[in-house]
Formats: sequence, C-alpha cells, structure tokens
Amino acid sequence: MAETVVQLRDVTKNYRRDAFELKVLQGITLDVEAGDYVALMGPSGSGKSTLLNLLAGIDQPTSGELIVAGQQVSRLGESKLALWRQRHIGFIFQFYNLIPVLTAYENVELPLTLRKSSRAARRKRVETALSVVGLQNRMKHYPRQLSGGQEQRVAIARAIVTDPTLLLADEPTGDLDAESGGEVLDLLGQLNEQFNKTILMVTHDPKAAARAKRLVRLDKGRLVASAPGGGTGA
Amino acid sequence: MIPIKYTYRNLFERRGVAFMTLASIGFVVLVYIGVLALAGGLRAAFADTGDPSVVIVMRDGTRAEMESSYAQESHRLLTAMPGVERTADGDVAASGETVTIQIFERVDGTETNVMVRGVEPGGFAIRPAFEITEGRRFEPGRGEIVVGRSLAGRLGLRVGDERELGRNTFRVVGLFTGVGAHGSEIWGDYRDLGDSFRRSGYYSSTRLKAASPAAARDLIETVKAEQRLQVQALTEPEYYELQSETSSGQFIILGNVLAVLMAVGACFAAANTMYAQVAARAREIGTLRALGFKRRSIMGSFFLEAVLLGVAAGGFGALLALPLNAIQTGTMNQVTFSEITFQLRTTPFAMFSGIFLATITGVLGGLLPAFGASRQKITDLLREA
Repeated sequence: MAETVVQLRDVTKNYRRDAFELKVLQGITLDVEAGDYVALMGPSGSGKSTLLNLLAGIDQPTSGELIVAGQQVSRLGESKLALWRQRHIGFIFQFYNLIPVLTAYENVELPLTLRKSSRAARRKRVETALSVVGLQNRMKHYPRQLSGGQEQRVAIARAIVTDPTLLLADEPTGDLDAESGGEVLDLLGQLNEQFNKTILMVTHDPKAAARAKRLVRLDKGRLVASAPGGGTGA
Repeated sequence: MIPIKYTYRNLFERRGVAFMTLASIGFVVLVYIGVLALAGGLRAAFADTGDPSVVIVMRDGTRAEMESSYAQESHRLLTAMPGVERTADGDVAASGETVTIQIFERVDGTETNVMVRGVEPGGFAIRPAFEITEGRRFEPGRGEIVVGRSLAGRLGLRVGDERELGRNTFRVVGLFTGVGAHGSEIWGDYRDLGDSFRRSGYYSSTRLKAASPAAARDLIETVKAEQRLQVQALTEPEYYELQSETSSGQFIILGNVLAVLMAVGACFAAANTMYAQVAARAREIGTLRALGFKRRSIMGSFFLEAVLLGVAAGGFGALLALPLNAIQTGTMNQVTFSEITFQLRTTPFAMFSGIFLATITGVLGGLLPAFGASRQKITDLLREA
C-alpha cells in the first residue's frame, strides 16, 4: 500500500477582513498518496490557491489537522517550517518566479545552497534536473533570454532538484501558449510516471486537469467532488 | 544564506537608482574627506615644524610667541645655560626671536595677518631644514627679508619687491621652504626688524638647541629651576601641537557636524533606494521564502546590499576626494591670528573615515527596509505583481 503524503482532516481557513470573517476553506478532508497526480479545480475564489499554500506550509490553517510528508505542518515554527519546506516541497508558480539576476543553472541551484553539499554534488544534481526538463544547453541563460515555456521548465527543474516529497503546481500552464503549456504538462506527467513524483496541481484548464490521475473539485471553500482523472499522468 | 552574487547583481540590475544613491552618499563622503584633509593638512603643517631637541622659551602665561615679550637679560641667561649646544662655528646654538603681526593684502584683494619674525644668525643653524628656493638669505643691517614660498604665492610677493614693515622699508631677497608652519611667515634680521618695530632689546621667544630630545627635557628642567626667569619652556613639537589642536580642532568639529547632517540626508536616500528594491522584488522575496530561505537570510541579503552600496559610495567619494590632495590653501592660525598656509592632505585616515561614514550610512539606510522585507507574509509577497 502506498504511503500517504498528504492528510487533511476537517481543515478550515478563515480570513478576517475588517469586521467580516471570510471562510475560504471549510471542512476539507483529503488524502493524497505517494505517486498520485491530483488536479485541483474550481472557480476563482473557491480556495484552490489557499489550499495549495497550506500544503506548502506558507500559510496556516485556522483549524483542522494538516499532515504533509508525515509532519503536522501547523505545529512547526517559522524557522523549522522553512527547513521543512526546502526538504519536502517543490513549488511551481504560474509566473515561474525565477530570479532575474541568476542564470538558469543558478536558479536551479538556489534550493541546494540551503543544504550542506559540495559544489560538485550540487553541479551534478543541477545538471540532472536541467537535463530532465531538456534545458541542459540553456544553463548559462538568464530568464530574460528564455521563452515562457523554457522559464517554466527551469522552474520545474528548480522544484525537483531537491527531490522533494511533494510537487505543488499553481496554474503551471496559466501563462503559457498551448504548445508550451502542452510541453509543461508532458513534463509533469513524465515526472509522475517515470520518477513517481507526487504532484498536486491547481488548474483552471480542463485539458491540463485531464492529464492528472485524480480530479478534486472545490467550490466556495468546500470539496465538492473527488474522482479519478482522465489521464495516466503521462 | 542567499548567494552573494544575488546581492551584487541586483545592485547592477537596478543600476540607475543605485548610482543616484551612490552619488548622493559619495558627495557626502567627498565633503567629509575634504574637511578632514583640511584638518590633516593643518596638523601636518604644524607637525613638520617641530624639532624635539629644540626648546622654545616664552614669557610665563603666554600661549604664543606673539603674546610673549621679555628683556635681553633673560635671553642672555637662557643662552648661557648648560645643555645648550654649540654650532660648528663654536657659537651658541640659540636664536632670540621677535614676532609681530602685520596686515598684508592677498592676491584676491582681501587682507590677512602675517607673522613677521626677526631671527638671530643662530636661527638658521637650529633649523637645518630651512632652504632658500629662490634668491638668497637676508643679510643683517641691510633691510632685507625672505618670505615663505607658499605665503609669497598667496600675497603675490616676488624677489625684489619692497614692503614697509614698521618704520622702515624692506626688500624681498629670497623665498624659502622646508620649515613647516614657518612657511607662512616673513623672516628678517632680529636687529633690523626690532629697530623698525621699536622692539630692540626685547624678545618674543628664545630657541635653544639641545644635543638630543632627552637633553632638551633636561634643559627645560634647568630653565624652570632658574628663579630669575619668569618664563615657560617646552619643546617645539609640544608648542606647535598646542597651536595645531586649537586650529585643526575647529575643522574637525565643523567636519563632523557637516558630515552628520549630510549623512542623515544620505541615509534617507539609501533607505528610499532599498525600500524601492524591496517593493520591486516582493515576489522574488516570496519565492525565496517559499523555497526555504529563512527570514534572517532575506534580511541579511538586503542588509548586505545596503552595506555594499554604502561601501561602493564610500569608494566613489574617496576617489572624488583624491584630487584634493596637495592643494595649497590657507587659513587663520586660531592662536596667533595670523595666516597659515598648508596643503590639503587626504590621508589614509581621512579616506578610511569617509568610507566608514558611507558604510554607516548604508547600514542605517538599509536596516529598516531589510527588516521590512523579512517580516512580510509569504502569501502577500507572492500575490505582488
């Protein structure tokens, strides 16, 4: 039986805006097992990104139990949380969020600089990650010298270079044309299928969602449906 | 820790804003080093003057030679004291001198006080660094004077010119250098000048040359022990140090006040730049935090950026200040109220102080923005466009 990477039990998240309390997530219960590829869909404001932020440990739930990679995330302090994030989470952003002043190589190397490892060991990992995303020949390029699709592939290399337990992707194709978006989805599928990476992807795009193994729908902060996806991942 | 290349490349990335800040701090540094160079030059002018084996004797209770006056009997007692050296010719290595202040017109038309010194023949023997650069030494009894080279430039005096000093007219026969603060003086024969100023038989000071600095200290004790004399004795460096402190101290105070006021303004410029950097890179900061970089790493990175900016600005200011070195200028000696000419000295200390001031400016300007950058919530940062 596969290990459970994500365990959400009755998770709620409220935001206070002036006198009002905004209930963004209500009673979310969800399990994601190792090697799963989950697409999280729902209309704008349904709480998808908030749920992703909770899973990444960059936001805290108001109540409920949130266990990711065997760790009750809400119990970690700021410093330990940062350490936990760099070990277990790979984050892929809609707008790639590469550091403009660093080359593709340096961007991918960035999370590794937080670990104690030799320059040679780091180099090997970075080159492997960049070759997985097919950009080993763009290592010295700065983000402004890359296309959107290439930037997102560098961002994916940065997310996988530490070999994290969970890959979280927030609208990874949202800023790309159809062709580049397709390439990125191929890559995510490959990571899931060939490298058994557990992926949770927020998307608006039904075509992207169709590539996932499982589809989870959110509406007004509640989980309304969880069903097998159309894809096998690849 | 965030790689240092991230820090310095960001400064280059936004080089326009960074350069404006660098320039604003750099000019503060320029002014600061400039004032320190004035003080340093003034101090050096005095420091170059003193010979620790020469004892200067003045009337008790006076701060400067021009305030001092005593009669010939005292001078004779002093030159006859044991411990006073002899010159190669067998004369006593001593010089009784009379000092007066005269008003001269500068080249720019303004007036200044100039120290006119009557020197006995021994005065040259006890000042071996004295050097005539043009013309010749004055000869006693002929109404001749020599002028410090740097002073001559400021007064527009040339060899052959004539000036009234007291009752008589004196002719410039030479320009001299090599005797520090004396370079701002006019020298003539003791008797000629004494006669012209009706001060014959009176001395402002007596310089006594001892065999060594240690012998000079013994000589001072001998002078102090002499009950018939109402004088004070100190070595030349001690005497000029007192004058230097009074005059250069004012520059240092002025420099520090100016520097602090301007640096406060530059701090705001640095803070403004760093706040702009933080605002422009909000999403980057969020990304770094999401990747696992801790708050203190973010704070450290922005702080380092501000410090680098400060150090670079300090270097820029120091470079701008380099041409100030050796510029000839003059001011009023705050003890004798006479003109003193000197060269600006951009000493390593002045340069280091300027760079240090710039670094502090960068540190203070970067502190709050760096702290602010580290305190924001990751979710808020990632939402920034």
